[in-house]
Amino acid sequence: MVAAGISAGEQRDIPTRTVVVWCADWAAVALGRPVDRPVVVMKANRVVATSAVARALGVDIGVRRREAQRHCPEAELVERDPEREARVFEPVVAALDAVTPRIEIVRPGTCLFPARGPSRYFGGDEPLAERLIATVKGEMVVPTAVGVGIADGAFAATLAARRSAGTDRAAVVLPGCTPEFLSTFGVRTLGHPELVDVLARLGLTTLGAFAALDPGDVVARFGTEGAAAHRLARGLDLRPPRLTDPPVDLDVEYLADPPLERVDQAAFVAKALADDLHERLGSRGLAAVAILIEATTTAGHVVERRWRHDGALSSTAVAQRVRWQLDGWITGTQGRRSLGAGALARLRVRPTEVVPDAGRQMGFWGGADAASIRARRGLARVQGVLGADAVMVAEWNGGRGPGEQYRLVSVDAVAVADDEAFDLAPTGPEPWPGKLPDPPPALVWKPPRRAEVVDEAGTMVRVDRRGACSGVPARLSVESTSWQPIVAWAGPWMTDERWWDALAHRRRARFQVRTADGDAHLVTLESQRWWVEATYD
Amino acid sequence: MAELAAVERSELAALIEQIRPTVLSGERVLPVTSALQPVFPLGGLARGSRVALRGTGAASVCMATLAEASREGSWVAVVGVAAWGWAAAARAGLRLERTVFVAEPPPGQWGTVVAALVDAVDVVVVDPTHQVTASDARRLAARSRERGSVIVNVALDDGRRRFRWPSDPDLTLSVQTLSWTGLEAGHGALGDRVVGIEADGRRGAARARRVEVLISAGGVVVEHVPAAGAPGERAATVRHLRSVG
Repeated sequence: MVAAGISAGEQRDIPTRTVVVWCADWAAVALGRPVDRPVVVMKANRVVATSAVARALGVDIGVRRREAQRHCPEAELVERDPEREARVFEPVVAALDAVTPRIEIVRPGTCLFPARGPSRYFGGDEPLAERLIATVKGEMVVPTAVGVGIADGAFAATLAARRSAGTDRAAVVLPGCTPEFLSTFGVRTLGHPELVDVLARLGLTTLGAFAALDPGDVVARFGTEGAAAHRLARGLDLRPPRLTDPPVDLDVEYLADPPLERVDQAAFVAKALADDLHERLGSRGLAAVAILIEATTTAGHVVERRWRHDGALSSTAVAQRVRWQLDGWITGTQGRRSLGAGALARLRVRPTEVVPDAGRQMGFWGGADAASIRARRGLARVQGVLGADAVMVAEWNGGRGPGEQYRLVSVDAVAVADDEAFDLAPTGPEPWPGKLPDPPPALVWKPPRRAEVVDEAGTMVRVDRRGACSGVPARLSVESTSWQPIVAWAGPWMTDERWWDALAHRRRARFQVRTADGDAHLVTLESQRWWVEATYD
Repeated sequence: MAELAAVERSELAALIEQIRPTVLSGERVLPVTSALQPVFPLGGLARGSRVALRGTGAASVCMATLAEASREGSWVAVVGVAAWGWAAAARAGLRLERTVFVAEPPPGQWGTVVAALVDAVDVVVVDPTHQVTASDARRLAARSRERGSVIVNVALDDGRRRFRWPSDPDLTLSVQTLSWTGLEAGHGALGDRVVGIEADGRRGAARARRVEVLISAGGVVVEHVPAAGAPGERAATVRHLRSVG
C-alpha cells in the first residue's frame, strides 16, 4: 500500500507503528495538588504549563506571570521542577511495563513504544489503547486527561495522543493513513518558531500544504532543519530508519561501592556516566538519540528504563535523564519503591540508537557554534570544581528595583530549556510600571550598603508617608566613610510594594544622588535607615 | 631515532614558525565599539592580554567595552563581581545568554577556576579581593595567550581593599566620570554622562591615549565632542529640546 504523499521509492521508509501515551499538563499534575485547585507552572517568568482549572480560567501557555495572576489571582504559581516531574512519572511507566516492555520516555509525561507486538497480543489497537488508558488512570494520584495515540511514527502518534486526551478513547490512525491524518494540522505543531513563521508568510499554514512541496526545494531553501521538519510533515520519521545496531562496546558501567542509597550520590554518578558515554560516542563521531539505563540492586533485581530524544542527547541531557531516573528509582513516590528492596549496586547506560553526530544541529538559523561548545565544556569543568549551581546566567524576572529585574539561575536550568519543545518568546526587558528611569545602575549592591544622609544641619533626612522630606539631603556617608557633599539629587520616589501582605510589605523611598567626588548613587530609605542600593558606576 | 635527534633545535623552531596557522590581525583582537577604539592600541581588546579598569565609571565602561564582542558571539564570564548590574549589562548590549556569572571562588581555588574559564570563554571579568599569587598570575597570563582570551580586571569601589597583582596589566584604563546630565538639586533624574578614559600600558600601549565618550541613558556609547562651554552642557540642551519636541 502506497499512501498519499509518499513515493514508491520511499515505501520502506514508512516509520514504525508507534503508540504514544501522553498525560496532559504533566508539569502541573506532577505537583499532586487537588484537581479543583488552579496551578500554574512558571519558567523564566512565563507560563509553561497549567492545570485544567487554571486553563479554563483563561491562563494561557506563554503569558507572563502578571498576566496569569490577573486571570487567576487564586492560582498557585510554582517554578518548573523537571526532577519532580520525572520522579512522579516513574510509577506510571512502571505500571505500563506490565503491558509492554521497551517503553521509551520522551519527556516526563510522555512515553512511546512500538505498537506491533502489544497490539497483536491484546487483539488489536483499540483493546490495547483501552488497556493503556485504564492502566495509566489507575496510577494517577490526581485525575487528569490521558491521551493515547497510535499511528505510523512518533510525531503523528503524539499529535493523535494529544487530540484524544480528554475523550477517554484512543485516536488510532489506520496504517498508511498518517500523511492524510497529519495534513489538517497547523504547521505550528512542528516546533521551530522561525520556520513556522516563514511558512505562514508563504501561505503554507497546514502540514499538508508544506508536505506537498518538493523535498529538494525544501532542503535548498531551509537547510537540513527544514528538511527534517518536511519529513515529519510528510508522515516520515525525522531520519531514515537505521539499518545496524550500535556497537555493543559503547556501554558505560558504574559499580557502586558502597551501593547508592541517596539521590545526591546519584547526581555525581550520573554526570560521570554521561561524560564517559559522550566521550565514547564522540570518538566514533556518533551521538545517542535513545539510551537504556539499567540498574542492578544489591538484592539482584535488574530494572531498566529507556529514554529518547528527537535531537541528539548532549552530555548534560544524558546526565539529567540518568539523574532523574535514579531519583525515580531511589526515592520512589508515595512510599512505593519501584525498585524493590536493596540499594543500587551496578549501573549501566547503553545507547540504544545512535546517529552520526552532525555537530549538534547547526542549521539555517544558527545554533550551537564552536565558541558555545567550547564554553559549555569549560563551564562544566568549573561546575566540577565548585558544584553544579556555581555557574549561573541572568534571567529576566521583571520588577521595579534594579536588583529585581534579573535573577541568576543555574546554567543547567537553561540547558534544560534548550532541548524541550516549549517555544517561548525570547524573554527580555519589557515595560514595567513603576520601574526606575534609565540608565540602569551598573552596580547593584548585594546586600545593600549602609549609608547615612543628613541635611545642612546634620540631622538625618526622613520621609513621611506622603513622600515629604524632613530636609534637603546635603551630605552622604557610605559605610561610615567620610562625608561627601550632595551636589544634585532627586526624589523621593516612593514604592509601596505588596501592601496586601503583612510579611512581604515593603515601603521604600528612593533617591538618586550625585556627590561632589563624582559618584552617583541610588539611595533608599527604608524603616528609618538609609542604604546605598546601587551605584551608577 | 638517530635521525630525529640530529635535527637541530633551531631548525625545529624555524619549522614551527612555518607550519603555525596564520593569525590574521583581525583575529588577534576582540571588537569594541567605534567610540572606544582610540584607547586600544590595536583598535580592540587584544587577545591574550590583561586589561585593568579603575576609577568611577569603570563598571559602565567595562560593560560598554565588552558589548561588541558579546554581540559578535563571544562568551563572557564574570567572576566574583556580585554587584554586577545585569540590567545595565543588558542595556549596554551584552548578550545575557552568553554571559555567565561565577561566584567568587575560595582563594585556594581561584586560580584553577579562572584558568578553566580562560579556557572556556573569550572574556573573563575578575575582581579578586585576595592577593593573587605569582604562580596564578603566570599561569593565567600563559593560558590566556594560548587560548586568545582576555582577562578584564575591574577594581570596584565597594569599600574593600584590593591587592596589587604580581605583574602589571598589559593595558590600564583609568576612567573618570566628568559630568552627568539630567539630575539637578531636587529634581530630574540621571540621564547621559560623559566619561574620560585614559589608557596606559606596556609595549604597544606605552603611549598614553585619552578619549572622552558619552554614554547615553539608553546605553549607546558615542564619542564626546566637548562644546565651547562646559562639558555636558551641550548634551543637556539637546536632551531638553528632545523632550519638548
